[in-house]
Amino acid sequence: MAGVDLRGVRKSYGETAVIHGVDCAVGDGEFVVILGPSGCGKSTLLRMVAGLETITGGEIAIAGKVVNQVEPKDRNIAMVFQNYALYPHMSVRDNMAYGLKIRGMARAEIDRRVRDAAGILELGHLLDRLPRQLSGGQRQRVAMGRAIVREPDVFLFDEPLSNLDAKLRVQMRLEIRKLHQRLRTTSIYVTHDQVEAMTLGDRLIVMNAGIAEQIGPPLEIYGRPETVFVAGFIGAPAMNFLAGRVGQGGKSVHIEGGLELAADHQAGAAGRTVTVGFRPEDLVRGGPGNAVRLRVDLIEPLGADTLVHGSIEGGQGQVTARLPGTQRLAAGEVAALTLAADKLHLFDKDSGKRI
Amino acid sequence: MVERRPILTFFAHATLILGVVMVALPVYVTLIASTHDQARMLQAPVPLLPGDHFLENLVTVLITGLGASQAAPPVGMMLLNSLVMAVTIATGKIAISILSAYAIVYFRFPLRMTFFWMIFITLMLPVEVRILPTFKVVADLGMLNSYAGLTVPLIASATATFLFRQFFLTVPDELLEAARIDGAGPMRFFVDILLPLSRTSIAALFVIQFIYGWNQYLWPLVITTDESFYTIVMGIARMVNVVDAAARWNQVMLAALLAMVPPVIVVVVMQRQFVKGLVETEK
Repeated sequence: MAGVDLRGVRKSYGETAVIHGVDCAVGDGEFVVILGPSGCGKSTLLRMVAGLETITGGEIAIAGKVVNQVEPKDRNIAMVFQNYALYPHMSVRDNMAYGLKIRGMARAEIDRRVRDAAGILELGHLLDRLPRQLSGGQRQRVAMGRAIVREPDVFLFDEPLSNLDAKLRVQMRLEIRKLHQRLRTTSIYVTHDQVEAMTLGDRLIVMNAGIAEQIGPPLEIYGRPETVFVAGFIGAPAMNFLAGRVGQGGKSVHIEGGLELAADHQAGAAGRTVTVGFRPEDLVRGGPGNAVRLRVDLIEPLGADTLVHGSIEGGQGQVTARLPGTQRLAAGEVAALTLAADKLHLFDKDSGKRI
Repeated sequence: MVERRPILTFFAHATLILGVVMVALPVYVTLIASTHDQARMLQAPVPLLPGDHFLENLVTVLITGLGASQAAPPVGMMLLNSLVMAVTIATGKIAISILSAYAIVYFRFPLRMTFFWMIFITLMLPVEVRILPTFKVVADLGMLNSYAGLTVPLIASATATFLFRQFFLTVPDELLEAARIDGAGPMRFFVDILLPLSRTSIAALFVIQFIYGWNQYLWPLVITTDESFYTIVMGIARMVNVVDAAARWNQVMLAALLAMVPPVIVVVVMQRQFVKGLVETEK
């Protein structure tokens, strides 16, 4: 067991820089999820931890030891790949045992570990099958088994669930979570799926264009996004954004279009251009706060919730509200809603940073 | 699809039967000729029914040889020579080209693509084109009349290298990465993972290259003067070229028949793997 320290980690391919310095200390036994859209460098970062990509700048340390120049096999890590990367010509048993065999482990010990891992993952009856005779979920489990038997310091997951269908994905997500609770092995998990990230991670690293935009526990990231990017990326339906200017006294915002919203904290000098964000579920009926009138364009009843798309009177652009499923609204109606002052997220227009 | 067109069916079958007859008839004539004595073979028309001299011919051809008037050693020895040559060429080609393909696909070294193209360009230089310089080299190395001389100049193969390269490119990179994390070094990865995955390609290539080696005519003809290194294909040609006597067609035909057997065996034995190797890439 060991932690992983990333210190100013950079990566560039020739002139093109893809990762611009990531700092993060992953604690012993922690489950950290790297989340971001495609091409943000999250897989590259993971592959640098694995030793499959060279490190252009900065340091990566596993268990306190800098591993920049250490071969993947000597880093004591195990990786689960998106396409599983099982050896097609080896049985499930041999796939799991291969790494141990190379390390010259005694046959009895290999057998014991493979049997244990197969027990945990319920693969016992499949040990003599070939990968092509398995379903996607089973292959996924074998790939995890191959990682478990090594008893590594760190597990690395590279979008391991993307090739599974939706139902299986939910099931495997729970299994990975259970597995981590049981083994308590430090894990780094890369995904573009925010539900996976929120449910699995002790902490998230939200990446965008090679920069770690925010690092923190899932609910903190959801509740206090540090940048406009994080605010828009986390949460579905996405956060609503309106452009505006800070009003007199600095504790209110004039939305383009005329509406004025009160904020609960100082937003800087009057006239500063800001982006105002609020989550769809924070537009509610009744209660204290700013009055907002929403002209309904479209309704999506989801059962438990109803998504209402429309435009705000005195504001520009589309806004989405998530109201309880019991609400009955029709297109063209105007809904009187309120938005609490402490639910407003204010971001500087130019830097995109939270105010 | 259900189709009922009797005339079409008739023509389809007629064409196929005609094709079979055209291919099979010469083989049949060869087989029949090998069962007659020489006297019968010199009469017209060519016999189409089996005679009773097959075993006698077989013993003559395989063991005693055709006598001083015939310019060829016993067929048995020539078959053995051909077998050695074909197997050495096929295995040598596979061994060399799989290794060079491995180097070209998986290792980064200076002038990698230059080497690839150099190998590729040799596709344009078959033995027949480079026969004089190659002969000079082999002669200077003292390899005339030896198995080395018969096989080594034919072993380098751009075709096989190219085929293996294409196959390796289809193997997912993650497999290599998984093996690296598992602790397999380059040779371990090659032996434990790449070789088993290439099994069908190897089988397909073996069949092709075995037949290529077996059918070599010009090169053995040039390189051997010692009868004990004659191969069957050139031997048959020599058996026909007799001076001051009639060719012993019954024995020539039997030798031709025997020459067909090993390639057929190789194809039959490896057919399943061969077809698999050409049509599917197992991943």
